[in-house]
Amino acid sequence: MTSTADLVCRDLTKDFGDFRAVDHVSFEVPQGSFFSILGPSGCGKTTLLRMIAGFQFPTSGDLLIKGKSMIDVGPNKRPVSMVFQHLALFPMMNIGKNIGFGLRQRGVPASEIKTRVGRVLERVGLPGIEDRQVDQLSGGQKQRVAIARCMVLEPDVLLLDEPLGALDLKLREHMKIELKTLQAEFDTTFVYITHDQSEALVMSDNIAVMNKGQFDQVGTAKELYYEPANAFVAGFVGDANRFEGKVTAVNGQIVSIVTAGGVELSGQAITSVPAIGQRAQIFVRPEAIELSTTPLHGAENPNASERIVDSVLFNGANSMVILRDPKSGETIQVTLPQTGVFLGLTKGETVYASWNPTQARCFEMAAH
Amino acid sequence: MVSDRSKLGFYLLLMPLLLWLVILIILPHIGLFVVSISEKVGVREYEMGFGNYAVFFNEPLYWRTFARTAFMSIFTTVLTLLLGFPIAYYIAKLTRGRTKTTLFLMCLIPFWVSELVRTFGWMILLRETGVLSNFLQNIGLVEGPVEFLYNDAAIMVGLVYTSILFMIVPLVTTLDSLDDSLIEAGYDLGGSGLSILREIVIPHAMPGIVSGCIVVFMLSLGNYLTPILLGGKDSLWFTDLIYTQFITRFNWELGSAFGFLLLGLSSAVVLLGLRLSRQSLADTMGR
Repeated sequence: MTSTADLVCRDLTKDFGDFRAVDHVSFEVPQGSFFSILGPSGCGKTTLLRMIAGFQFPTSGDLLIKGKSMIDVGPNKRPVSMVFQHLALFPMMNIGKNIGFGLRQRGVPASEIKTRVGRVLERVGLPGIEDRQVDQLSGGQKQRVAIARCMVLEPDVLLLDEPLGALDLKLREHMKIELKTLQAEFDTTFVYITHDQSEALVMSDNIAVMNKGQFDQVGTAKELYYEPANAFVAGFVGDANRFEGKVTAVNGQIVSIVTAGGVELSGQAITSVPAIGQRAQIFVRPEAIELSTTPLHGAENPNASERIVDSVLFNGANSMVILRDPKSGETIQVTLPQTGVFLGLTKGETVYASWNPTQARCFEMAAH
Repeated sequence: MVSDRSKLGFYLLLMPLLLWLVILIILPHIGLFVVSISEKVGVREYEMGFGNYAVFFNEPLYWRTFARTAFMSIFTTVLTLLLGFPIAYYIAKLTRGRTKTTLFLMCLIPFWVSELVRTFGWMILLRETGVLSNFLQNIGLVEGPVEFLYNDAAIMVGLVYTSILFMIVPLVTTLDSLDDSLIEAGYDLGGSGLSILREIVIPHAMPGIVSGCIVVFMLSLGNYLTPILLGGKDSLWFTDLIYTQFITRFNWELGSAFGFLLLGLSSAVVLLGLRLSRQSLADTMGR
């Protein structure tokens, strides 16, 4: 596995004065895979990417590309290319010159540059635009030109620094699919950083969730979504209702807590089971909560509660309803079922919610 | 009604500029041109003709000084650009925050005193009994006192010093607007420092380079004080000839002709420079 990995980071650390931006990060990216680093702004993901590109030097640790250490190699000598956040296309050159820039630096003959530029533009679906200027292109076209400019150099690893951030929503959705297609087409290792979890979930083979300079969890999109390793991942990846309270009962992995508002609920603890009396939090996905118009009781309906509709957020297939607990005033978000049964819900109506504790995740809280 | 009033406002606001242009620039130049094409044939008797211009071309001293002034001004401009570009690049790209402001201010500080005082400062440094001469004697590099003043090199030093700020300001402005990620992208794609400078930084900074060069060239060409004080008797400057015609010789006709020739020269060189660098005047001045 190590021999085939395109990119290996070992205990990579970067300090800025007293501040540790990247803290002992280790990971491997196998050849031809789409690897995303997902994290909130300020988590150190950009610093990590810039270290891979060679614009910043690690304080300690090692970085290998195709098995070779890159620590003393400058950014212009590394077999990686980077698509910048704002793409950084050269406005003083036309598209052909932009894409040919890297090849010119390598001393490739002009005639060969021309054919290779033409070929890579065809592969990204923009044939024959060599003579156009950068500002004559649309946002999506610029995106593809930026990728073509990197891919024409046939890098071992392509780094992408939130390149979809500047695009409007519709185009962003479209480019997500297109990026994935391009990655398959070029069969190059992509390392993609983003703060947008849906971008990471849709495109990646593997995702690393980064928080405060460290990787909290590395796994496939499904693993992150259904088996979050800790409370941060559970809260950051996908939507979740979060409850906080004191543990009152532990039954195997099923933990029951009582919130400050006096609501009792339970969830499954996977990593470590908190003890009775400890503080813990439970995360429930909005789509894991079942709704009913008739009261639910008994062992087959755990976490059952009576709720009052606070508001209905209609958004097509992603419609939600916000329910309020009549006693504590706490609210939860519930995805409306696709069958359309509950589309008629109005504010103030009473419904009954329940969820299976095995679909909720419980994590103990660090003592403050 | 509204458009009438806004039109009135527009013309009123335009008035100061128009007055400035017409009264202080266009009218004097028309007068100057009329004087320059008047030939003196007797006491208070004038004839129209281009005799004054003919005098210029027939007298080698005049047109040689003219060519020398042009050549040295161009050389000053090139030298100022070569010196100013690294300074501007350092200020714009390698420093930020307070350091940047401080450095920028330090470039400006010499301009708080008049050009005359600054030039005398150079004379104190460069003269035979000056600081530089004494220093070289003290460390034993030379035997007797050395005169650094009154030659072309001294003029060049003075001119570059006087005009470098006018090169640095437009350069810093244009280099500031160059996105750092473009330079990083250049490195990322395998570019070397030199190729990035040539293909990315200089093309981006071109409007700043050209506008800086135009200003420095015009300032040097029209400078009077620095060449006279630092160049002494041996180093002639064309503005000195104009001064002599007007004040010493009281030959306003010839002086006016010289003035027009200088105007023509600076316009020609600027247009040539714009043509060579493929920049338009609007582009350069608009930034």
